[in-house]
Amino acid sequence: MDILDYAFMQRALLAAVLVGITAPAVGIYLVQRRQALMGDGIGHVAMTGVGLGFLLSWSPVWMATLVSVVGAVLMEFIRWYGRTRGDIALAMLFYGGMAGGVMFINLAPGGSNANLTSYLFGSLSTVSESDVTAICLLAAFVVLVTLGLRRQLFAVSQDEEFARVTGLPVRALNLLTAVTAAVTVTVAMRVVGLLLVSALMVVPVAAAQQLSRSFAATFAIAVAIGVSVTIGGTATSYYQDVPPGATIVLLTIGAFIALTALAMPLNRRRARAMAQSAGDPAECPIPATRDASGKVGV
Amino acid sequence: MKADRPGEPVISLRGVTAELGSRPVLRGIDLTVHHGEVVALLGANGSGKSTAVRTVIGQVPVTRGEIELFGTPRRRFGDWGRVGYVPQRTTAAGGVPATVTEVVSSGRLSRTRFGFLRQADREAVHQALELVGMADHAKHSVDALSGGQHQRVLIARALASQPDLLIMDEPMAGVDHASQEMLAETLRQQVGKGASVLLVLHELGPLEPLINRAVVLRDGCVAHDGPPPPAVGQHALPGHDHVHPHAAHGAEPVRTGLLS
Repeated sequence: MDILDYAFMQRALLAAVLVGITAPAVGIYLVQRRQALMGDGIGHVAMTGVGLGFLLSWSPVWMATLVSVVGAVLMEFIRWYGRTRGDIALAMLFYGGMAGGVMFINLAPGGSNANLTSYLFGSLSTVSESDVTAICLLAAFVVLVTLGLRRQLFAVSQDEEFARVTGLPVRALNLLTAVTAAVTVTVAMRVVGLLLVSALMVVPVAAAQQLSRSFAATFAIAVAIGVSVTIGGTATSYYQDVPPGATIVLLTIGAFIALTALAMPLNRRRARAMAQSAGDPAECPIPATRDASGKVGV
Repeated sequence: MKADRPGEPVISLRGVTAELGSRPVLRGIDLTVHHGEVVALLGANGSGKSTAVRTVIGQVPVTRGEIELFGTPRRRFGDWGRVGYVPQRTTAAGGVPATVTEVVSSGRLSRTRFGFLRQADREAVHQALELVGMADHAKHSVDALSGGQHQRVLIARALASQPDLLIMDEPMAGVDHASQEMLAETLRQQVGKGASVLLVLHELGPLEPLINRAVVLRDGCVAHDGPPPPAVGQHALPGHDHVHPHAAHGAEPVRTGLLS
């Protein structure tokens, strides 16, 4: 395996695997809450963080984490209080975040949109030692939250109103979900890029749903798909000269299509088995006025 | 079950007002449910009956007045395992597949520490599923269920914490007659064990014999508080708005429960 001989590839693969685990692990709760595009919104806001990082000569990864956490919390507040025009407020947050990123990076000494490109579309081969440290710490936080609090997050994402009556701190858990999503976006930023982050959060979950009937199975399959495509995409980009971020996302969509095709006969068999266990015949009985050949008697 | 003396209030609202947006929905209502009582909250669409229930659970903020649960002000109330809640829903499904057991287990969280389910908790979940006749479907995805089965899952979820008080918001909406009878029987058993019940209902239906008292809301005020309205006709309730969500099923005759 000559791919593992290079330190930059070791770092790239480690970062890719961590993203493959964390993105679907958070994404499943966003999909469950029917907020599949929240990751996309946070990605846009994170651009302002990257720009600010360049302007203030701080680590763009940590600055992006900070700004996207603030953005995610703001989105959660808009969801609480802005019932009527919440979508407009969110749209402004997205576009403001994107414009802010472009503005700050061009204000930075020697900065141009070219610096932004590696964050927009990912730049796996330039992941540094300090990036890997940051990614490991952030990924550990995400795994701890999404697995450790899975029952609480499931309840809140399934039915917020009911969760309140079980005494769960619903607002705190919603904020935690938003913060965890924001952290995941910055973890994935170097690997697939801010513009494609949301794909890794949503598409593996959608693909897993084609096969699964339970939440636990959906979670496990989505993470398995996430890890497979991030490793597969990174390796492909090493052997063929293709951009890793785009390769990973296209592989994920390929997995979705393949699983959908696979699931169709499976679901049909399942439905038939369920009907049989309920004692229903597969077809309606033939009415007396019609014989088996389809001829209708009068 | 803790020893509440019969007759003590388990829910008490005094002079409660609430707004949605800036529109006043409740304009100072008093509502009490005593221990062991089954109270129906009736009224036309928009009369404030769902809002009243949602102030009790803290989903809608109260602008004036006091709410107590088991004698404790709601803000300081923490013993949520004693309350089972069935929200107004037509589906138990979310954006991701989940089994019947997974959904009903959520109802047990109020009795667990840090969400860790022990053997006793799993048994309570199974028992709740048996109570509503859904134990055979425990491993099925909720996406594959019929309307009546969804409602049974939502009720099992509320029963999973073995509550002393059940709060149900239109549990019969969109449910066929067979499931309605089933739910009435489940409720009868719970009441037999000493549970208190607050029900938002559009019509009394098969639950009529269980109900001790009816509170009728009209335009955010209490218009009637006493025995269930006498069966003198479909328009016995002030402002009764005659809508039948299950009429679409066609097969069952429309039963209002007010004529029977």
